[in-house]
Parts: sequence; C-alpha cells; structure tokens
Amino acid sequence: MILLLPFLAILVIIVVALFGAAVPGLDFLFGVVFPYAAITVFLLGIIYRVLKWARSPVPFHIPTVTGQQKSLSWIKSSKIDSPHSSPGVVGRMAMEILLFRSLFRNTKMEMKSGPKLVYGSSKYLWLGAIVFHYSMLVIVLRHLRLFMQPIPQFVLALQNVDGFFQVGLPGIYVTDGLIVAALLFLFLRRLYDSRLRYISLASDYFPLLLILSIAVTGILMRYFLRVDIVSVKELAIGLFTFHPFIPRDVGVLFYAHLFLVCVLLAYFPFSKLMHMPGIFLSPTRNLANNSRMKRHVNPWNHPVRVHTYEEYEDEFRDRMKAAGLPLDKE
Amino acid sequence: MSESKLKPEELAETIKYKTPNRNWMDQKVEMKPGRFSHSGVPKSVEYLQLPNPRKWQPTDPDWQLPENWKEIILEGLRDRLNRFRSLRVFMDICVRCGACADKCHYFIGSGDPKNMPVMRAELLRSVYRHDFTLAGKILGKFAGARELTIDVLKEWFYYFYQCTQCRRCSVFCPYGIDTAEITLLVRELMNLVGVNIDWIVTPVANSFRTGNHLGIQPHGFKDSIDFAVDELESITGIKVEAPINKKGAEILFITPSADYFGTPHYYTLLGYLALFHEIGLDYTWSTYASEGGNFGSFISHDLMKSLNAKMYAEAKRLGVKWILGGECGHMWRIVHQYMDTLNGPADFLEEPVSPVTGTKFENTTSTKMVHICEFTADLIKNGKITLDKSRNDNWKVTFHDSCNPARALGLIEEPRYIIKNACNHFYEMPENTIKEQTFCCGSGAGLGTDENLEMRMRGGMPRANAVKYVKEKHGVNYLGCICAIDKATLPPLMEYWVGGVEVGGVHELVGNALVMKGEKERTTNLRGEPLDGKME
Repeated sequence: MILLLPFLAILVIIVVALFGAAVPGLDFLFGVVFPYAAITVFLLGIIYRVLKWARSPVPFHIPTVTGQQKSLSWIKSSKIDSPHSSPGVVGRMAMEILLFRSLFRNTKMEMKSGPKLVYGSSKYLWLGAIVFHYSMLVIVLRHLRLFMQPIPQFVLALQNVDGFFQVGLPGIYVTDGLIVAALLFLFLRRLYDSRLRYISLASDYFPLLLILSIAVTGILMRYFLRVDIVSVKELAIGLFTFHPFIPRDVGVLFYAHLFLVCVLLAYFPFSKLMHMPGIFLSPTRNLANNSRMKRHVNPWNHPVRVHTYEEYEDEFRDRMKAAGLPLDKE
Repeated sequence: MSESKLKPEELAETIKYKTPNRNWMDQKVEMKPGRFSHSGVPKSVEYLQLPNPRKWQPTDPDWQLPENWKEIILEGLRDRLNRFRSLRVFMDICVRCGACADKCHYFIGSGDPKNMPVMRAELLRSVYRHDFTLAGKILGKFAGARELTIDVLKEWFYYFYQCTQCRRCSVFCPYGIDTAEITLLVRELMNLVGVNIDWIVTPVANSFRTGNHLGIQPHGFKDSIDFAVDELESITGIKVEAPINKKGAEILFITPSADYFGTPHYYTLLGYLALFHEIGLDYTWSTYASEGGNFGSFISHDLMKSLNAKMYAEAKRLGVKWILGGECGHMWRIVHQYMDTLNGPADFLEEPVSPVTGTKFENTTSTKMVHICEFTADLIKNGKITLDKSRNDNWKVTFHDSCNPARALGLIEEPRYIIKNACNHFYEMPENTIKEQTFCCGSGAGLGTDENLEMRMRGGMPRANAVKYVKEKHGVNYLGCICAIDKATLPPLMEYWVGGVEVGGVHELVGNALVMKGEKERTTNLRGEPLDGKME
C-alpha cells in the first residue's frame, strides 16, 4: 500500500490533466487558474512554514562540531567544520547546501566474521542526490527562457553548456538524462534496499514519482511528441506578466506537464521537500562553535528549583564541622 | 552477562541486520531482558518533586499512569514545539535518506531496525504528524501518522532509553538532525507522566542533595581526597596540599565524582593532585559542587539547569577567579553549550588566564571555565612541567575520543598533544572510529546499569572492535579517555570483547610521567604497578 498509493495518486493527477486538456473550456482553469493558485500556495505555504519554524526560539547553542575547536593559539582550528565566527558558519553552510558535505562523509558499515567491523566509503547516495538537485536547478533555470523575452544571457549560456553534446536536432540536454537516471536511482534504492524500504513512507515515494513524471512529460514534449513551443511561450509570458492568455492548440501533453508542476508546487510546503528551506534553520549546522566565548541567550530561560549552599550547609553542618571543613555559619 | 550469558561470538551471531517486511507501525515493542533499565524508585522521584512517583516496572502490563497521560504528553509536545526550534525543524525536514542508519552504535550492535536513528526519531515524528500536521490528520497512516497509545509509549521508553545522546548520527545527517535533542525531549515528555529510569532519577536526587551523584556527603568527600593525598605521598614521597571549600582561592576545580570514588578514575585524580602541586596552583575543591557530571541532562533541560547551577553558585560563594574542569564527557557538553545560557552570565568571574604561563584562554572569555586538557596542553607547550615519557613505557596507548568533547567542543588535538608528550607509544584507532566520528562507549546518558548490560555490550561493540584492531596490530594495552562514564563502563566492555586492555585517563599518564621537585625515585606508576626495569 505504501507504494501503491503514490502510484495511484500520480495516475489520477495525469488523468485529471488529460481530461482538463481534452474538455473544451477547461483550458483556462488548467492553463491559468491552477498555475496561479499553485504558485500562491507554494510561496505563501513556504513563508508560513518558515515563519512557524522561526517563531520557535533557539534556546540552546547546539552545533554538532566536526573538527578541531579554536582554543590555544598554536593548535590549528578547523574553520569550516568547527567555525568560531560568522564567515566560518557561512562557509560551513555553503559547503552543506552547495556540496552536500555531510552526505559526502557517508560510510557503509559491514560486519565480517570475528566479529570484525569495517567501514567503507560510500558515495552513491551523495552522487545521486547531487546529480538530481543540480539537474533540477539547471532545468528550472533553463525554463526561464519560456518566461522572458529577451532571454537572459545566463540562461542562454546555461542552455549552451547543458546542450554541449549536440547530436542533430533538437539538441539534447545532458540534465534531462541525468535527472531521470538520478530519480530512478533514488527510487530504486528505496525499493531494493530492505533498510530503506523499511523506513520509507508513501510521502517518500510520491515526490520522486511526481518529479519523474514531470521530467518524462517534459522530455516527451521536447524530443518525441513535439508541442508548439511558440504557443507555450505565449502562455508562459502571459502568466509571468499577469496578462494571462490561452493560445490554441498547445497540446494535451503540455497540460499534463503543467498540471504535474502545479501539484508539485502546491504539495511542496506541506511535505518533506521543506528540507530545502529547513537546512538554513538547522541549529546543529548554522551556529558557530563559540559558546564559551559568547553567551547565547535563551528567551524563555525560566527559573528552576535549586538546592542552595545555605540549605546544603544547614543539612550537613555538623558533619562538615567534625571533618574540619570551613563553614559559612558556625 | 548475568541476564543473557551470551559469549561474545554468540552475541555477534545474533546480529542479523534483517528488516521485517511488515510496516514498522504494526509491530509492538518486545522488551528483551538485558536491554532496558529499572524504573525510577518513588523515593527519588518524590524528592525531586517529579510527577507520578509510584512503584512500577517497565515489564508491568499496567504502568499506573495518570488518567489523562495522553493529554499531558501531547500538551507537553505542543509546548516544546513552541520552545525549541530544533524540535520543530527536526520533525519536519527528515527525508529518510537512510544515511544515519548504520552510524548508530546500538544499531550496529543489535541489528534492531528501530535503532536506526531515523526510526528512533520517527517514533516521535509519527505522533507529531498525527496531532500537529494537516497531512497526518487527513491521510493518517499513509502520511506516516499514528495515534499515541500505551504501546507507543512503551516503544518510546524502550528505544529512547537505547540512545546515549552521542550525536554520531548528527555528523552524517545532511540536515544535521540531532537525535540527542529528540531523545532528551522525549525523555522530558515521558517524565511528565512518571516514566523514567532509576539510574537517572536517583543520581539526580543525590546530586541535588549532596552535590554529587554518588551521594557522598562532605566528610566522605574529604576522606577520599585525604586518602588520595596519602596514597600519592607513598608513590612520590611528596605530601601535596588539597584545599577544600577554600574561600579566595584563584581557581575552583570541578571534576566528576567518580574521580574520587571510582577505579580507574582514581589514578587520574592522583594525576591532578600531583600536577596542581607541581605547578603551585592556588585552587580549591568544593564539596557543594562536587560533581562535574550532570545526570539531569539525561532527563530534562530543567534538571540539567538545576544541577548545573551549583558550579557558578559555588564559584561566586568562594570568590574564585575562574573554574577549571576535569576529564568528563557530558559535563563538558553542558559546560560548553549550555551553562552560560542556563545559569550565566558569569560576570562575577574573571576571564581565565593561566597563572603559570600567563596564557589567556581566549575561547572561554564568557563562560570562564577551562578544560583540564586545554590547561595542561598549554603548560607543556610552554615548558612549565617536565615529563619523563619512559615512565609510561609499560603502556601502549590509544585514545578514545569521548562523544561530547569531540562533537560538542571539538576538543581533539589537546588530549593527543598531552598523550604524545607523556608517553612513547601512541597509536590511533581507524579513522572512522575516532575524532568527530568517534563511537560511544555504549553506556552513556544514564544507561550504564547492570540490568542493561547486554545492550551496553552490543552498543560498545564498534568501539571495542576498533580497540581490538590496534591491540592486535600494535599491542595496545591502554585505552585513554577523558570521560568518567567511559572510565566506568569501558573496562567491562574491554573485558568482554577484547581482553588485556586497561582503561585510564589522560591525566593518569601525565601523573605517571610528571617529574616532581623533591620526589623520591618512582618505582611504580600511579596504579602501584612496578615500572619497567625497576622491579625485582
């Protein structure tokens, strides 16, 4: 069931989209209303969730330190793994967000007879993750060409790099192949690794399948079942400039693609995909290891019951006296 | 192994790493003997004014909870979500990538899939989703949500007392999700309805009353220190001063109580006494703040604060300039990451400066507490003490980074520098098992009980395995560490898995090697064992 449900959900979404594209009059709903609604939910949803996180204070200073602290002047401290200042924290966060540093550390433990434990380097998850995320980023940026006229220089440049392996027409984008491969890898490892299967929820399979469907419909449109790109751009620019416009004959496949994207956008704020903004707020990563240099203030630091020295001495005075220990009150 | 009596190789055979095909939510917890601890005794619970004191055991069918226990816990969860951004973010952003799975020593040693850190967190996350998220409310189980029931509470008890808050998983998590934080908060929640273990509650009660977790009263403390002074005299020929509760001393020294009551901690105490005498330190011990460790931190932030308050209060009362802290693990996480926030600002203290070398400890200017390894490394670097490494030639040393000094402070090179200057033979364990990737002793965070021994041996297996590796390769026979729980729990672990390896502190090695002015010729080390070539 955990696997069946996401599959069914994707199927329903595609059927709904095809239905929308086929029934006359519904194109405004699918081409204009849903995209605006989805982007609104996406933006407001993320803001809402991030504000909700931000409203809870950070009571304690709890970075996970992964390198030598700054202490004595002659001991070399690790500026990135144990940052003691803001530039170090920025460096650490950048490494985490841009390079997935923690995941790069990943190891695989194996128990051999004896028992003997061995830890091997294991970079496949890191590789799959980084390929997926960067392909996604490039693809999203490439799509800006549909929303802007003239097309920004960096988008054209990106397009050129991505289409480096041009063989005939249309030029093939490397990222199209990479994202599908990475998504399949991430999906299959959940399925075939028994540990991953055990921990996976329907909400872990669903986004993978959703993004995969978006990629596949996109690829179909570009390379196989071509849609009228001029019409698509007219629609996109219409949305972007708040002058919505529905061109004729954009194609059923396009509506499927667009609707899947709408679902992804609207789903995003309520899902684990929030790890994207969440990493910025993770207190084990975004705090400097300087808590003995600089006092961290907890806004709700409430008083607690304590056992004072006076109470202690009152209880043990006789024995302390007999043992010759100094007293505050004789 | 009183409970299971498994031999090491038999125990290893039981570890399968097989995950069932059934949904994990459909499996009720099975409490296996040897893998959990006794519940808190009513007397201690009452003394601390904690909720629901009663006689009960985890295996009882009826836990005698208050009628509205579920409401209490959910309300407690709501309150903590609003007070801890960490909790809120960690509940929301896990993608279940599985990178943490085989990083946990308890998972490695038990193969129990619910010991994967991700699963441990999911035990709470599932309840969070059910009551605090829209998707969970609508989609229920399909969104990974489940209702809080008595079976869920029992599962929490079992698995959140199978976590030592070592934070190794947090190193590997791409979002830095910290299971220690989740464990501590779930233990807080359970504590709201009186679900706790005795080896936390009773030490906390002792610490509250007597200042230390062993419940040693002031005169007993003095006896211990006096005894150590005599013992040191018989080894070195020097009678050192060990002032207690002395007002106006320059430095207050606080160390875990096991140092003056436990073995092998005791040899490290002798090391401290010798060192402080040799450099002529103006310092004092305290009977009121006679515990560095903080068992409160194993159960709630409030009790952590309550016990920790004694350090600053005593420093203020005695009028010292700053505080020096001994070898301890979680004590140092609290001092480094919590103390100033909880009980500061320490504006009545001065920024720490070594009276011997004049070095200002720039990294402690706010909290005003220095780690003994920082202090001693500075002494050595400045040539203020003379160390005769050959007196440690009996030992082939390796160093176990204790979880908290490594992953909360980044105190990595200081102890190594000291060891390398105090002995001739030092060998590192494999890199995936030391420094920030160090493995827990398997008994931290209040889990070092006899009834939990099997789980401790399981959890300690990765550490023991790495020690065994250097023992076979280099003949290592001394496992150095800077944590009192390590010193208490690594010896049985070594005996079980490795054999022939002693456990001891870094300052025991310093004490052995320390050349003292006017000392008699040393014929034994601090353990009273003959030095090489000085016997027969």
